[in-house]
Amino acid sequence: MNTLSIRNLHASIGDKPILRGLNLDIPQGEVHAIMGKNGSGKSTLAKVMAGHPDYTVTSGDVLLNGQSILGMEPDVRARLGLFLAFQYPMEIPGVTIANFIRAAVQARLPEGEELEATEYYAKLYAKMDELSIPRAFTSRSVNEGFSGGEKKRCEVLQMAMLQPRYAVLDETDSGLDIDALKVVSSGVNALRGPEVGMLVITHYQRLLDYIVPDKVHVMAEGEIVLSGDKDLALKLEAEGYDWVTAKN
Amino acid sequence: MNIVSQHQISSDLPAWFSEQQKQAWTEFQSVPQPTRHDELWRFSNLKILDLARWHLASAPADVDALLARSRGLSDLAAKLVFANDRLILREIKNLPEGVLLLPLEEAARDHEALFERYFMKHPTLLGSAKIAALHRAQLKTGAFLYVPAGVKVEKPIELWHWSEGDHIAIFPHTLVVCEEGSSASVIDHFFSMNNEASFVAGVNDLIVKADAHLKYIAVQNWSRETTAFHLNTTGVGKNAVATSLQLNLGGRYIRTESNSRLLEEGARSVMLSINPMDADREVDQRTFQDHLAPSATSDLLYHNALDDRSRSVFSGLIKVGTAAHETDAYQKVRNLMLSDEAEANSMPGLEILADRVRCSHGATSGELNQDELFYMMARGIPPQKAAKLIVRGFFETVLRRLEEPSLEKYFGHLLDRRLALG
Repeated sequence: MNTLSIRNLHASIGDKPILRGLNLDIPQGEVHAIMGKNGSGKSTLAKVMAGHPDYTVTSGDVLLNGQSILGMEPDVRARLGLFLAFQYPMEIPGVTIANFIRAAVQARLPEGEELEATEYYAKLYAKMDELSIPRAFTSRSVNEGFSGGEKKRCEVLQMAMLQPRYAVLDETDSGLDIDALKVVSSGVNALRGPEVGMLVITHYQRLLDYIVPDKVHVMAEGEIVLSGDKDLALKLEAEGYDWVTAKN
Repeated sequence: MNIVSQHQISSDLPAWFSEQQKQAWTEFQSVPQPTRHDELWRFSNLKILDLARWHLASAPADVDALLARSRGLSDLAAKLVFANDRLILREIKNLPEGVLLLPLEEAARDHEALFERYFMKHPTLLGSAKIAALHRAQLKTGAFLYVPAGVKVEKPIELWHWSEGDHIAIFPHTLVVCEEGSSASVIDHFFSMNNEASFVAGVNDLIVKADAHLKYIAVQNWSRETTAFHLNTTGVGKNAVATSLQLNLGGRYIRTESNSRLLEEGARSVMLSINPMDADREVDQRTFQDHLAPSATSDLLYHNALDDRSRSVFSGLIKVGTAAHETDAYQKVRNLMLSDEAEANSMPGLEILADRVRCSHGATSGELNQDELFYMMARGIPPQKAAKLIVRGFFETVLRRLEEPSLEKYFGHLLDRRLALG
């Protein structure tokens, strides 16, 4: 039961079908990677799971520990334990990181219970130290004027503070140089554990040198066309995606 | 007796001042009412000019309760509290020598030459000359702050103007003079004691001489039944900086007129406004950035968030006079539309008569950014809370322009309370 299950998922944007019968099971405690060419539907899968209003699910289901989440608003899904690290995190002018994460943590408390500010900041600063994020960041507006690496570190910081049961990382490596990639990856690895299932979406094998997956899936034309262990990523890197498509 | 038919002159005021008040009363009676054909009243709600409903205020009933609620910043230089145009508290904690902070009647009596030199010297150009004349005629008291040359008042000075009573009218007045090289911060509070209908005709005039720095913040939180005019002129001298913020939290119908004059080379005027609006509230703002000298800067930033059936009007003119070469003048009004029934009217204007000028002006209207909303919801924040946070952030970007963290924090708390953000 402790699984994030995607069952025969079909989704479109406007009239255009993007996901065409996708099946995938991510048990808690495992890290799965999805690789695929641009346009294969990887990012759409991430957004559909999180509940982005631009996409319509035409059939299939997504179950979080057995419970269907497709009818739920994005915030309800998030509070159930689903986290999406965005490929392009939004800038929110005038809202500080500290207040933003605080609102997210507060939203998980029972009605009427107030977040204890001292404890919150102690935890926030500890997580920031782990991710080498300077303290001054707390008073900056969310993602505003951030470098690519700072945005991705901020995503991982949010994940660390919210402790999701399932995390979907959408192209977390895009726009990162090798140093930033190492910092972000070690932040993600620190969150691995028996209580967390992760889905790492990436175009390049490089990220998987640092976040080593238990399973690797290849996506094409809106479905999973091949699954294997971490060596599959190396083979894709060496031989390209056409090999998979030709095989099918 | 209403404020249109009864003219009452306070016996506390010196004869020279009363004489001016009589003239102002005559002027009030002779100036015609604006009409909807008047450009400065375009899109305005003319019902607010129905003045016969309002009566002169009697003394406040519960002074203790008013004082108990006159609490702003914890660390202050001084505080004056007025209620129904009467001084009810004068608290001087830490004012440097030579600084005058006086009720207007004392200033007119004991510092006649000084006070007379600055009192309502500039005409009201943005539509409410009749209201300004009424204000001058019916004035009883107000705040006069004089900061001598070179004196820096480190901590803020707080002024409070309360209204208490149904269908009363009050005439709050604030005059600030910062002499050469001086500096001060003034927070002017405009609050209603109860949810009663009232009328306010307020004037604030700011004179900022060469190299002086003044921050002036008007926090308006009138009752939901209040009609208020706040008429401002600001004069900025050589290399001086005037920063003013209007934080309009309350009121039913609010009209502000802000006339900022860049009088000498290198003068800088920052004009800010934050307007959270809901229900059927209306905020009508008229501004004039009047560049009279070279190499000066004016920078206007107004942010309105409009919910329910609220309505905003903005009309602003940047005028760069023939001598005002190398001017930098900016004007930006942003309307965040939170409801289909809300209405924003913006009329930016520009008139350039000099060379080598950098000007920009513009008004934008937009809805909540759906991608920002989704991002916040994807973190578990419920949509209503997320929307409030986005609105709060929209206002915070204006507050940051105060460049004074302790003030940003104080006004931030007031906005949190206004938006019911915990």
